[in-house]
Amino acid sequence: MQKVILKKKSATRGIKVPENKLTEHNPIEPLPLPQKVIIPMQQHIGAPCELIVKRGTKVKTGEIIGKAGGFVSAALHATISGEVSGTTKIINHATGHLTDAVIITSDGEDNWVQTEPAGDPENISSQDILNLVSKAGIVGMGGASFPTQVKLMPPEGKNIDTLILNGCECEPYITADHRLMLEQGGKILLGLKLVQKVLNPDSIFIAIEDNKSDAITHLANLICEMGMQDNFKIVPLKSKYPMGGEKTLLTTITGREVPIGGLPLDVGIVVHNVSTVKAIYDAVYEDKPLIERVVTVSGLVNEPKNLLVRFGTPISALIDYCGGMKENANKLILGGPMMGIAHFDLNFPILKGSNSILIEHAAPIIESNCIRCGRCVYACPMHLLPYMYVKYAKTHNYNACQDAYIADCIECGSCSFSCPANIPIVEYIKTAKSELNKKRTRK
Amino acid sequence: MTPEKNFMVSTSPHIWKGKSSRSIMNTVALTLILPAGASIYYFGIRAICIISAAILSSIVTEYAIKKLRGRKFVMDGSALVTGLLLALTLPPTLPIWMVVIGSVFAIAIVKEAFGGLGYNIFNPALGGRAFLSICFAREMSTWSLPTYFSLSTDAITTATPLAMDIADKTAMYKDLLIGNIGGSMGETCAILIIIGGIILISVNIITWHLPICYIGTVALFSFILGEDPVFSVLAGGLMLGAFFMATDYVTSPITNWGKVIFGVGAGIMTVVIRLFGGMPEGVCYSILFMNALTPLIDRYIKPTPYGFQKESAK
Repeated sequence: MQKVILKKKSATRGIKVPENKLTEHNPIEPLPLPQKVIIPMQQHIGAPCELIVKRGTKVKTGEIIGKAGGFVSAALHATISGEVSGTTKIINHATGHLTDAVIITSDGEDNWVQTEPAGDPENISSQDILNLVSKAGIVGMGGASFPTQVKLMPPEGKNIDTLILNGCECEPYITADHRLMLEQGGKILLGLKLVQKVLNPDSIFIAIEDNKSDAITHLANLICEMGMQDNFKIVPLKSKYPMGGEKTLLTTITGREVPIGGLPLDVGIVVHNVSTVKAIYDAVYEDKPLIERVVTVSGLVNEPKNLLVRFGTPISALIDYCGGMKENANKLILGGPMMGIAHFDLNFPILKGSNSILIEHAAPIIESNCIRCGRCVYACPMHLLPYMYVKYAKTHNYNACQDAYIADCIECGSCSFSCPANIPIVEYIKTAKSELNKKRTRK
Repeated sequence: MTPEKNFMVSTSPHIWKGKSSRSIMNTVALTLILPAGASIYYFGIRAICIISAAILSSIVTEYAIKKLRGRKFVMDGSALVTGLLLALTLPPTLPIWMVVIGSVFAIAIVKEAFGGLGYNIFNPALGGRAFLSICFAREMSTWSLPTYFSLSTDAITTATPLAMDIADKTAMYKDLLIGNIGGSMGETCAILIIIGGIILISVNIITWHLPICYIGTVALFSFILGEDPVFSVLAGGLMLGAFFMATDYVTSPITNWGKVIFGVGAGIMTVVIRLFGGMPEGVCYSILFMNALTPLIDRYIKPTPYGFQKESAK
């Protein structure tokens, strides 16, 4: 057991945020199936899906309704059984672009599509695993929603020697991954074994923040029971934000740094989220495509809960199930309070990347002058100069932002959080990035 | 059904640490109560008058300038700190109208003319003091021995210990530490200023880099030049300058290495002015000098971005 849990590590930078893990002791509850789901055709980074159903098509749960639109794309499945009642346009909350969405009305039966089992999952070949992952439409469920099969296929010449399972969950409030590790730990480990088979790394680390000590001991016990202590090592990490950020995490564990503009696989590392690995288990062992996920509903709701939700379920259904919002709630956040996106529409659906719905009360922030205290500089996990971006963005000097490595910013929000002048630094950075993007596409 | 609600939208993050510029300024002002209290103890009514005149005229000037510029006046505590700091650098015998002129200059010219809080190049309090010592050189270099709460106006004037030719400087250590000497109002009691500085460092408002490098450089450099290092450190305005003036966020470098350079530079300048310059004290001008270099330091001393590699440099 001692051999499984390695010495605790701590990131060199990072800030303390109030954890507020209200739901860490609430078991995952399945949400009753919704009457209607709205499934946007793009829930991942990359090409949007190609719609293959029409109005009136009868679909069964798990049936493919959107084909992957390219290599970097992920298939979409019907998340309930019923009839396609139409298509609509919906604003992608992350990019602000309009995307097509399919509306499925439930027949109330939840009939699953019949599939033939892929054979013995213990002896499955890695090509079969890749096919199943891609068929199941799995994306990184930590937030970025990057298609998983791409991350499982490193380009020629890149040798992956380290695999990291990310169970940090450093965002305040969110407990979805925490509960999943406690309740489905065995499945996560089997899923990790499948990833190991595909990537064949030398060492495998399971990274968990030390505020989840129950999850650390639980997984360590499971590893011993399953006889995997030679391969899987758990690294407890000091709770700091943004510990779960891919780059912060891999640097803390391995000491390597991803070069500017590079990917973790450039330094031989792949990081997967625990929910993603659980989805890989489902796809291979149970032949289930990715149609549901654990969502933490927290903040100013009457009964904060961890729910197992089918994609496309409107947010209002989750909130109603959690006893409704409190009186003073005025902010709806998809994701955590540090990086989540504020939304205005309660009918917006749960997507593959939605790990949390947070209801908050917020007062308007009044920005004052930068007093050059340097807190943003020492909070930045990427060692950048956030206050300079604000200065440049205010004068529309976006090229200067670019020269100061603004593309390296991960928008974790540590700078804005620490700013005593209440400057929404991330807002300026996002503006500068999108202006630079516009310039690039115009050329 | 959930009732319809209007939600607020904004960019992430959606939570704030809650430490505001105002609370930082107020903490600084609170720690400044220590040296201010000492000055009131030593110089009595006069100290109270000078401190209140400086604070009041600073705040009124800030209010007036903000109104003139058509900006909103926010009581962010920075004018309070400027006024208090300026008062502490003045000799207790200075006439009140000069104190007012100094405060008005500090706020109106040194701070607001450059754009207000966050944009000033020089430390406003030191700018005000420098202005006063140029305009009223005689009054600004007349110090009295502590008068305590004596109501008599004819205080015994004395030189600052730095200008004295004392044979046994070690005998003065105790007096220098507790402040029983002639000097500017808040600069006399070293021990309370050190306590204030330690409080500021422990609540993470300032870092140790700048004051330690500054004081260390003065001690070392004085020692090399044959001066008594302990005396050099304790006498004059060095303590107040190192802990409260040089560490001003706006006019000091952002990075810790930048702060080290600032501290060393200011330390060398202080000793050079003290030993070779025409003035007995060099803290004020050395900090102003380094203030002018701060943009340059910030330009060259930057953290290396994560993942920076020589070959990937543009």
